[in-house]
Parts: sequence; structure tokens; C-alpha cells
Amino acid sequence: MKRYIVYRMLQGVVLLCMVATIVFFLGRLTGNPVDLMLPEDATAEDRVSMIKALGLDGPLHEQFLIFVNNALHGDLGTSIRMRQPAVEAFFDRLPNTLAIIPWALLMAMVIGIPLGVIAALNRGNMIDRAAGSVAVLGIAMPSFWLGILLIYVFSVELGWLPSGRMGGPAHYVLPVITLGAFLVAGFMRLIRSSMLEVMESEFVKLARIKGMSEAVVVWKHCLRNALIPVLTLWGVFVGNLITGAIVTETVFAWPGVGRLTYEAVIFRDFPLLQAVIILKAVLILSINLFVDILYAYVDPRIRLA
Amino acid sequence: MSIPASVSPKPVSETLRPLIPAFAGLSRFRRASRRRGVPWIPIFIITVMVSMALFAPLLAPYSPIDQTLRDKLIPPFWVEGGSMQYLLGTDAFGRDILSRLIYGARVSLLVALLALIAGGGVGLLVGIVAGYVGGAVDHVLMRLVDAAFTFPAILFALLLSVTMGQGLGTLVLAISLLLWASFARVLRGEVLALKQRDFVALAKVRGCSSARIMLTHILPNVLNTFMVLVTLNIGAVIIAEASLSFLGAGIPPPTPTWGGMISDGRGRIAEAWWVALIPGIAITLLVLSVNVFGDWLRDRLDPRLRQL
Repeated sequence: MKRYIVYRMLQGVVLLCMVATIVFFLGRLTGNPVDLMLPEDATAEDRVSMIKALGLDGPLHEQFLIFVNNALHGDLGTSIRMRQPAVEAFFDRLPNTLAIIPWALLMAMVIGIPLGVIAALNRGNMIDRAAGSVAVLGIAMPSFWLGILLIYVFSVELGWLPSGRMGGPAHYVLPVITLGAFLVAGFMRLIRSSMLEVMESEFVKLARIKGMSEAVVVWKHCLRNALIPVLTLWGVFVGNLITGAIVTETVFAWPGVGRLTYEAVIFRDFPLLQAVIILKAVLILSINLFVDILYAYVDPRIRLA
Repeated sequence: MSIPASVSPKPVSETLRPLIPAFAGLSRFRRASRRRGVPWIPIFIITVMVSMALFAPLLAPYSPIDQTLRDKLIPPFWVEGGSMQYLLGTDAFGRDILSRLIYGARVSLLVALLALIAGGGVGLLVGIVAGYVGGAVDHVLMRLVDAAFTFPAILFALLLSVTMGQGLGTLVLAISLLLWASFARVLRGEVLALKQRDFVALAKVRGCSSARIMLTHILPNVLNTFMVLVTLNIGAVIIAEASLSFLGAGIPPPTPTWGGMISDGRGRIAEAWWVALIPGIAITLLVLSVNVFGDWLRDRLDPRLRQL
């Protein structure tokens, strides 16, 4: 178990180094990154002094060492637009994103899991196909458009819910639905196919032969085992949530890290974007590591493999 | 010895059939493909969209870029205040939505085509090499694939748009990054199975080089799967392009893109819903159609890929 954890941590560190290296070299791809960091009205003297300050007059490998050293000390540059350390800006906004993500996940599970189980039980008939159509539609609709549609229906036409910005509980409804809908279809499809697989297995037949009620067989024996592949795909879900949060927060003017990413892009705020991407990588990798360890703890087959 | 009463009088093949997985799979597949007819409606929608992209200059009633400020924010013809002059209405700059929609199809489909060639091609190469060569090469390539799955490609796409500047090349590169890993993973699995087949062993005995075996024996046999993967991913690529355009990282204005049109209309949703909502309907319809078509094609060509 200890070996497994160490191995997974090393893997995470290697990945993080890869991300940081790619970010570093992409910033230098188009020439001097100072041009990406300075505001458009900067003077030539500003440019020279910034190059000095960041050590960008040295050879590339020295620059890389400076970059890594700064990064290790928690300095990922200063946002051009907000004139604030990028790391600080990120952590200022993070709680707002974390305020909607659990609700969206909850919604995806509460809707996606039962729908997937019901579709699997009714394999091939009308109910399965109806559930399948919902999933297909959910995948085909761009989530930023769904968000705008919801704003139009519930804020503009019906006037029931606020159309954006943070506030009381009512402000959470539309962003959570938009972000959750992004996941429901994926959850449903995954649960359906893994339920179908589990339902064919021997221990389920045994449970039936033992005369257990259908409800116990389905919701206890089958679903528990069908959830394992869902756990393995956690990494993909976390990635989806981060992507989904960018568009959702943009649509609803929600002041989280997703919206921060969007602002960094449209204002061409390279230091901020660079920091946001590296910090998101850290976030994703730590969540994945945590889930993997949890998973290995729950399922001995993983840590022995 | 008498025959036990419980044995059914059915022919042996009937009783055995459900027990043999191959048989069960086959009959399930037959049933599925019989039930699913040719998806004519999606094919029709795809044809319309592709024609729109190909013949945009002939079909569009107006220029997609020229602004007619006195005709701004006219609603579609079926809404009060709309006119037959602008069937789907106009945006805040007085540009005809229908014309922009028609030209927008060009960007969506061109980006999808190029990204699938680039990303799918790299995935095909990586999948074949990893699967056939195996060993350390396989290990390294598959760790890269894992890495690509962990890290959302959209973040790199945004980074690329800021560092390299917006444009078709950046967009295609960014979306290819999104694709190659899933292609590589599926195709590698196929190659691993193919490698065990007699014709590969025979080619080896005859003295074919590895490169030759991969090119002339393995490649043709994974092309079916490759085509299925391509169709199954068109929808995802179109959504990715629209999302990047919406986030201001796509093809820069004034070139009309569906995602960009939604972004333009977002701020005026209360006064002019059609600017933002109509392009979204086009995206949803197209993605829905290619996905339904892709599912159908997969069932026809390669039912083993069910899980995708």
C-alpha cells in the first residue's frame, strides 16, 4: 500500500513537471514572454526593466531554473490586469467555485445514477430509449448555450430566478443546473453500461437463486459493484468539472476560478493564465491522487496489481 | 438410463446458444441492427449543414460581415416586428443571422475536419506503434495518454490561443490535443488483438519488417475502427470549437462562428433572444445528428465498440 501511494505521488509530480515545462516553453514560443506580460501601453524602459527583474536576459536553461524556483516558492507571476499576485487571485476566487461544484455533483448523481439503473433494467424498451435520448440530447447541447437558454426562460421570461452573479440561494439554482447537466448524461451512460455488465455476473445470479428480492439485488448487489468503474473515471469527471466551470461561470458572471480563467484569456493576461493552469493542474492531480488512494483502500485488487 | 425430465426437447443449438458468448453477442447485435433503421433524418440534417458550408457564398442572402446599422436587432420573421427580408433576424450590428449561420457552418466543419485528420492521425500512429512494438515504447506512450486524459485539453487550448494568437492553426492544434489520446487508447487495444493473428505471424515468417507489417497488415485492419472513432468524435469536436469561440479563443471576429455568435448575443438576451439562441439550435441539431449517425455506423461496422 505504501509503495503504491509513493508510486502514484511520483507519477503526479512527473505530470506536474510536464505541465509546468509546457507552460514555460509555450510562453517563450512567440519570442520574449515580456511582450505577453506587459500591458499594451508599456514603454521601452518598462520592457527592459521587466526583463531584468524576471531574469529574462539570461540563457534559456537559467530562465527555466528561475521559473521553477519562483514556482516552488509560490510565486507564479503577477496578473497584469489586477496588479495582484496571480496565486493570490486564484485562491481568492477558489471558494466561490467550490461553492457550486458539490451541488452540481450531487445533482448529477441524484439524477444520473437512478436514470442509468432504470435504463439498464429496461434495456431495449421504450424507457431505456427515452433515457438514452435524454443523454444524447444532453451531450449534444453545448453547456454554455444551455445556460443562456435557462437564463432566457427562467430569468427573462418567467422572472423567477436571478440571471447571474453571486447572492442568496436563488442565485445558485441556474449555475448548478448548467454545470450538473454537463455531467448527468455521462453519469447515466456509464452507470447503464456498467450495470448491464454486473447484472450478467455470477454473484448476481446467486443472489437471485438465494431468493433475494429484486430490489435488494438491483440496488444493493448490482449498483454497489457498478459504481466501481465510476470511481475509476473520477479523474475524467474532475477534468470535466473544471472545463464545465469555465463556461458556466462565464455565462452566469460567477466570480470563481472558471471565470478568472476566461478573464485571463480575453484580457490576454498571460501571467494569470499561466498561474491558473498550473494551479488547476495541482488541484486535479491532488484530487486524483486522493481518490486513487481511497480506491486502492476500498478495492484490494488495485493495490496488488 | 432414462433422459431426465427437466431436459427440454429443444434442439441442442437452441439450448447452447445463450451459453456461448459469441452466439449471444451475435444475436444481440442482429436484433439491434434490425431495430435501428438507416437514420434518414440525421443524414438529411448533416447533408444540409455540409451543403451550407460548401456553398455558403451562393446560399447566403447577405454578406455575413457587412453591417447595416439601421436594421439592427430585427427579430425573426415569425415574431412580431420581424420581416421576410431577414428570415432569422439580425444582430446588434444589423448583420443577417441566417447568412452568419450559413458561413458559421464553414468554420465548424472545417475545424472539425482538420482537427480529426491531425488529432486522429496522431492517435492512429501512436496506437499502432504502441500496440505493435510494445515494451518500453508502449509503456511510455500509454503514460502520455494517461496524462492527456487527466489534464483537460481545453486549458492548453486557451493557453495556446493567448501565446500563439488566435486563428485556424491554433484552434486545430488545440482541438487535436483533445482527440489523439482517446484514438490511441482504443486503437492500441485493437492492434494488441490483431498482433496475435496468424497473418501477422505469417508476414513475420516471410521476413517482413515491423514497419511494413504495421503499414500493410495492421493499418488496413484498424481503419474500420478508425472511421467509427472519427464519426463518434465529430460532435465533441464541434462542441469544443464552439466553446473555444465562445470563450474568445477561437477564430477572431468578424469571421462568423456559431460559438462567437452565441457570445455576441449573450448580453442582449432580454431584448433579442434570437441572436444567442438560434446558433445554439444549429449546434445542437448538427451534433445530435452526427452522434446518432455515428452510433448507427458503429453498430453496423464494429459492434465491439459498444462501450464507447
